[in-house]
Amino acid sequence: MAQDDNGGKDLIAADSSTVDDRAGHPGTAVIVQDAVENPGFPPHRPRITDLDPEKERRAARTVYTLFYLSIVGSIWAVAAYMLFPIESGKISDVRLNTMFIGIGISLALLALGLGAVHWAKALMHEKEGVDLRHPQGGSVETQARAIEIFDEANQESGFGRRTLIRNTLIGALIAFPLPAIVLFRGFGPQNDDPAKLLTYTMWKKGTRLTRDPSGTPIKASDVTLGSVFHVIPEGLLEKSDMLEQKAKAAVLLMRLKPEDLHVSPDRKTWNYDGIIAYSKICTHVGCPVALYEQQTHHLLCPCHQSQFDITHEAKVIFGPAKRPLPQLPITVDSEGYLVARSDFTEPVGPSFWERH
Amino acid sequence: MSTTTSAPVAEKKGSFTAAAAGYLEERTSISVVVKEFGRKIFPDHWSFLLGEIALYSFIVILLSGTFLTFFFQASMAETVYNGSWVPLKGIEMSSALNSTLNISFDVRGGLLMRQIHHWAALLFVAAIGLHMLRIFFTGSFRKPRELNWVIGFTLFILAMAEGFTGYSLPDDLLSGNGLRIIDGMVKGLPVVGTWISYLLFGGEFPGTAIVGRLYTLHILLLPALVVALIAIHLVFVVVHKHTQYAGAGRTQGNVVGYPILPVYAAKAGGFFFIVFGVIALMASFFTINPVWMYGPYDPSPVSAGTQPDWYIGFADGALRLMPPGLEFVWLDRTWSFNIIIPVLVLGLFIVLVAIYPFIEGWVTGDKREHHITDRPRNNSTRTAIGAAGVTFYAALWAAASSDIIAVHFKLSIEGVTHAIQASAILGPIVAYFVAKRICIALQKKDRSIALHGYESGRIVKLPGGEFIEVHEQLDDYERWRLVSYESYRPLMIRPNSRGKITSMQRLRAGFSRWFYEDRIEPPTRGEIEGGHDHH
Repeated sequence: MAQDDNGGKDLIAADSSTVDDRAGHPGTAVIVQDAVENPGFPPHRPRITDLDPEKERRAARTVYTLFYLSIVGSIWAVAAYMLFPIESGKISDVRLNTMFIGIGISLALLALGLGAVHWAKALMHEKEGVDLRHPQGGSVETQARAIEIFDEANQESGFGRRTLIRNTLIGALIAFPLPAIVLFRGFGPQNDDPAKLLTYTMWKKGTRLTRDPSGTPIKASDVTLGSVFHVIPEGLLEKSDMLEQKAKAAVLLMRLKPEDLHVSPDRKTWNYDGIIAYSKICTHVGCPVALYEQQTHHLLCPCHQSQFDITHEAKVIFGPAKRPLPQLPITVDSEGYLVARSDFTEPVGPSFWERH
Repeated sequence: MSTTTSAPVAEKKGSFTAAAAGYLEERTSISVVVKEFGRKIFPDHWSFLLGEIALYSFIVILLSGTFLTFFFQASMAETVYNGSWVPLKGIEMSSALNSTLNISFDVRGGLLMRQIHHWAALLFVAAIGLHMLRIFFTGSFRKPRELNWVIGFTLFILAMAEGFTGYSLPDDLLSGNGLRIIDGMVKGLPVVGTWISYLLFGGEFPGTAIVGRLYTLHILLLPALVVALIAIHLVFVVVHKHTQYAGAGRTQGNVVGYPILPVYAAKAGGFFFIVFGVIALMASFFTINPVWMYGPYDPSPVSAGTQPDWYIGFADGALRLMPPGLEFVWLDRTWSFNIIIPVLVLGLFIVLVAIYPFIEGWVTGDKREHHITDRPRNNSTRTAIGAAGVTFYAALWAAASSDIIAVHFKLSIEGVTHAIQASAILGPIVAYFVAKRICIALQKKDRSIALHGYESGRIVKLPGGEFIEVHEQLDDYERWRLVSYESYRPLMIRPNSRGKITSMQRLRAGFSRWFYEDRIEPPTRGEIEGGHDHH
């Protein structure tokens, strides 16, 4: 490995000449003939602990005192483990437990570390040593022998000569990992098409809008002007794939003055008396667009600050998102509860390749 | 023991240590290792400790992480929390979060261990980053260390992957939103995105597989890679021997410092405990990742001011900085350039970082080994490139906190975003020129001091009435530090053996001019002797 064979003994003085005998082309480096000479090592300057025995004794005292302190810290940590229980469940007890065990451990570690470093710096023999470097790469003989070994192996195996054997071997080595790649298909369920799964949610015609997280249905009359509801579809809470469905179906419900809304002709029937429902899943990378500014009617995504203007059908007015939040067409049922007219008419959430 | 060939250590009769050493020696030839490494010399400098901090914090991560695995349940199976933390009692959550809360509230010292693990992870990535900057700015990546740079770079990427996978394990609201962003990013990638997301999450997001899968990566695959690469990294350090800063007596052919036994054993060993101690101290007093405040992951709620751990910030910031409208449907497919551009830009950025040593080696054509580090000022273009890179990274990083900056300083989020967008593009350019000019100015100062000495503060009145300040000469040792660097001249284009100038050579000459047109060459002996005469 290291090419020292001197057992750390060659503590020789630096060569003061500046002759650069490194192998290899210097490229565009400027080789100055008249370069300043390396003056060699400066004279050694002894430390205060080398000169003053009292200082040396004090340093020794400091080191072993630190090691004593370290032992105290360790014992303290063990004691703190017993003295500060957390079983009451109170956060203050957890805090004390963490803090006092931690102080003990920290003291044990820091005192140990500082003691060792101080020992090295103040007391250990501090004359610098010198190792010689050797250029990378084995000796010429070693390299020649390595080449020879490969040659011999080539001769003895016929690797270079028997080209068909060699090439089929390479082919087999390329082919053998392929099954492993195929196995990764099993990471997702076999019979689903991921792009298709993203095109629908659990909203259907007549699905009631319910409160998140309680699941109680919402009457149109509950939605006062300026209020905002976090909405999930009725029946979501009973679903076994509740989170996956919620990640697509979460909706924000707001009521604005009908005259504030700019409704395009094909969406005339999608709101109910100024009550509008938009997908809560950001069209950028899918964070919940949870922050509603009541005064400006803007929705803000807290992850990447895309902003959507609710008065203009949730079009993007700032940030990295491109598409408006999809609108959920809603109406009321016979009992006055808000229901969906249909599923979203486009995929919700982040864009994906197959979306069109 | 008369004529046997037993090792000399065995000759000390009676001592237990000697007997044990002899026993080991006769079975392992351990003396070879001691002879080889016991007095190996390492040079000393504070900046060499940055890599040590990275190594030691990784050991702390391994120790604390092992403890955590004994309690953590990497499962997304639904449970009802029934532990000590009252606000979440009765709430449905995954086993992952449930067990994380139990570690925090029902295992004595468990929260301490969690916080040690998390703080150590944050420090690990930070130390690697600073270590890389040290290597970069001192040119320690040059031959023969280019491959070790690439290994270290890979470790940096792996450390971020370790961090992110670990951050996602508790399955709390914050980390779940982090995964949501990853899912959205992956889906935005052309052709393969939808499928990768589907396979990664085992179906639709969030699914019930991701925590278990990340756990396998986090505690098995990634740590194995990190340990293996750290081992190779350190083997290379031994093979190459450590670089050293320029100094009197130090040459390209030697390494000056202290031996492993006893000095470095004590210093480096002690430093491990100091690093561990500082991490433990932070963990004792400073809360990190309080998942009990966030609650279980749910795709619907999110808190304002969501932040990733610091080392993912630059990627999140890149997403935030994309201007609106960068997505369209073409050929019946969705092209999400608001995702593709940041992915490509970040990819290009980190690839440039990874291959920089090869670029510089190609530009200089220097095939010699370099064991004396550069002072950053003495390679002004490299330092300026580094400053530009750091500024670019910093702008993306700041962007990850754009909302918090806006709230804290009562600015509009639009204004903050636009300001950071501008600084991500203009900042690196400004930083490049400022750094380059500062480097050259410092070189000029060095040169002037080497030639004319330093201002002594002693004012002398000459017989003619003129006042001068006496300049004192440096001693040879101090001067050596200022003048012992190499400079490069721009490449002269020359036709090759077929009498042609290739476009590759033109390109290289262009790079070479860019790197080395502005340069201050070190003063020569003749100039210094001439310089003395002036005063």
